[in-house]
Amino acid sequence: MDLGLTEMQEMLKNGARDFLENECPEQLVRDMEEDDAGYSSALWQKMAEQGWQGLLIPEEHGGAGFDFLDLCVLLEEFGRALVPGPFMSTVLGGAVPLIEIGSDEQKAEFLPKIASGDVIFTLALTEPSARFDDEGVQCEASVNGNDVTFNGVKLFVPDANVADYIIVAGRSEKGITLGIVATDQDGVDITQLQTIARDKQAEVKLNNAQGQLLGVEGAGWEALGPVIHRYTVGECAYMVGLAQMDFEISVDYAKERVQFGRPIGSFQAIQHKCADMVTDVDGSRFIMYKAAWAISTGQSEDETQMSVNMAKAWCSDATRRVVAHGQQIHGGIGFTKDYKIQLYFRRQKRAELSFGDADYHRELVAQQLGI
Amino acid sequence: MDWQDSQEQAQFRTEVAEFIQTRLPDRYRSGEENNDETQTTGWQADRKSNDASAKESAITWADALAEKGWIAPHWPKEYGGAGLSVMEQFIYNQEMAKADAPPVGGMGVSLLGPTMIVHGSEEQKAEHLPKILSGEVAWAQGYSEPSSGSDLASLQTRATRDGDDFVINGQKIWTSGAQYADWLFALVRTDPEAPKHRGISFLVMDITTPGLTVRPIVDMGWQEPFNETFFEDVRVSTSNIIGEENRGWYVGMTLLDFERSGISGAIEYERTIKELLKYVNAESEDDTRVRDDFESVRHQIADRYLEVNVLFNFAFRIVSMQNSGMVPNYEASVNKMFGSETHQRLARTGTKVFGLYSNLWSEDSEYSPMRSSFTRDYVRSVPHTIFSGSSEIQRNVIATRGLGLPRG
Repeated sequence: MDLGLTEMQEMLKNGARDFLENECPEQLVRDMEEDDAGYSSALWQKMAEQGWQGLLIPEEHGGAGFDFLDLCVLLEEFGRALVPGPFMSTVLGGAVPLIEIGSDEQKAEFLPKIASGDVIFTLALTEPSARFDDEGVQCEASVNGNDVTFNGVKLFVPDANVADYIIVAGRSEKGITLGIVATDQDGVDITQLQTIARDKQAEVKLNNAQGQLLGVEGAGWEALGPVIHRYTVGECAYMVGLAQMDFEISVDYAKERVQFGRPIGSFQAIQHKCADMVTDVDGSRFIMYKAAWAISTGQSEDETQMSVNMAKAWCSDATRRVVAHGQQIHGGIGFTKDYKIQLYFRRQKRAELSFGDADYHRELVAQQLGI
Repeated sequence: MDWQDSQEQAQFRTEVAEFIQTRLPDRYRSGEENNDETQTTGWQADRKSNDASAKESAITWADALAEKGWIAPHWPKEYGGAGLSVMEQFIYNQEMAKADAPPVGGMGVSLLGPTMIVHGSEEQKAEHLPKILSGEVAWAQGYSEPSSGSDLASLQTRATRDGDDFVINGQKIWTSGAQYADWLFALVRTDPEAPKHRGISFLVMDITTPGLTVRPIVDMGWQEPFNETFFEDVRVSTSNIIGEENRGWYVGMTLLDFERSGISGAIEYERTIKELLKYVNAESEDDTRVRDDFESVRHQIADRYLEVNVLFNFAFRIVSMQNSGMVPNYEASVNKMFGSETHQRLARTGTKVFGLYSNLWSEDSEYSPMRSSFTRDYVRSVPHTIFSGSSEIQRNVIATRGLGLPRG
């Protein structure tokens, strides 16, 4: 038992932190809020040179073959730097399902391009019903050999505006069915949504959209299990990094801001908020890594499922408490657009909602406890 | 990161678990036949009990542990401990807590012994340590006073030099287990002129010394876990000082027994919530006592389960740090604060599950769900956020020592 990072993970973490401090400054984060694409293609290419898009991809397909826990170390740094763009969509929504259930041809076709930064993927799971279970997938799929045609509306699809391919979850007569849909066709109509985090989520209308079948017709929901686990824990890792940074900024501010002739951080009312923040951040980090560890080391299905649900339930609420304290400690200045703390506050909510908030996962925990 | 034992760790765990399974006296085994009082008073009270079987259980268990050197697993071998590594101690404590086996030796083993090993003279060590390890002498701690709780360094119990003796006058409070103890270690003021941290000495004394009176305090849960201890011209030889005169504050603060409390709490709460789940899931449709039809109640249980998992990770973090040579800083305070607050939330959730039936205090009423354990715990967990550094003090420590915020 050891809750420390390995030497290699420390290197990955420190390397990522240095890189992102230079390459993803606050100004870029702000610029991308106003940008139509929402990401910097220059940064995207540099990240590919770091090997990040291909971190999970096996070496035979041009990746680094690291495990999922390693990716979470990186995603924690992404959260810290608020890296904008389609990284999680591409890696967790694209590479992961391809690795899990792609045919040899599909792996050979797409994985090297993901690793090299040449294509962007996303996953279209949710619909206007905003459900995360299999009942939420109602988009029509009809399969003909290796081809699949989709009709329906997918909603809250991340980064669809820049994606080259969307992995669509639809429903055929045999059940939930996945397909890889190229976005450069008439049957795919993408409308960007304005969101709290000013990230790029979209409504995707599929009107006889053509795709290639991914995995087995009717077995899509089972195939999505490992994908949803990883994406969910990835969101937790992002939240942990985000909350850690919000906390650090807030503690620094409390040391500097003087009222009544003394730093506000000398008041216990502020100190106790800071103590609660570090407790929540640390608690989130370990419960997230426990889930990442369960996935990476192939613990039993029951244990993995439970640890993923616990991680998302805990991190969603705990990191929200952190960013709320961060706002309160900053007082009026924190409410201004110019000051950086609000960037974390708004992004926390996006990640909290993604793949189910605390209430959703707490219910799943309760069910697994038999109550 | 790894949540599993290495091969060696697993081997040691099996050794400890099998030992407990074979040697733990029946009196300490979890089960319906054990009443609440047995569970909470533990070894230190049993060894002084009038009940012969209780006394025998205490002695048998101490002898069994002594064979392995496991009365003081964390002490160095040269002083009769087992010299276990940090990780082995952790596993030992985990397995003891899992079996709900009472630790032997009380504060002598956990605090006084290790303090004496660092600061005591060879004569003091030779006199006291073997008696702790044989279970012959049990110790109590005299730190808090009526006017010195969180601000412990303001303590006023006065020790004045008179020839080769100190003469002690004053009062201690919350002296846990003093009614079952043979010796007392105390912080006393030896220099009232010095700054408050620098006029304190660490003294040990026989609890039967004339002038020393121990009076149990009944708590709000009808138990007597601690005492008031009065000193009226209590004469103690100056040779009973541990460490230097007026350096007692630093002697007393050498050791914080955070590790043990960290993991045993998590294990206890895990056991509690599993028992609750077992009860709730086994209930028949017509058991009107269980309100698990309320979503809010179901979700509270789930939250408590989550929190216990978070608490485990906090304990694992501490031992991981120690095992790689790091010294925990604010992390130990996070454990104590979060653990005690989780304990209270868990007790409260239990009372929510049983609604009106949470009125019941009695263990053996036909109406009592789970022998009223949650109602009792609801009351008895109240001091957990207060003793050993209140939650407020822990947050101060986290903020100032951990995060570097300026002291107020």
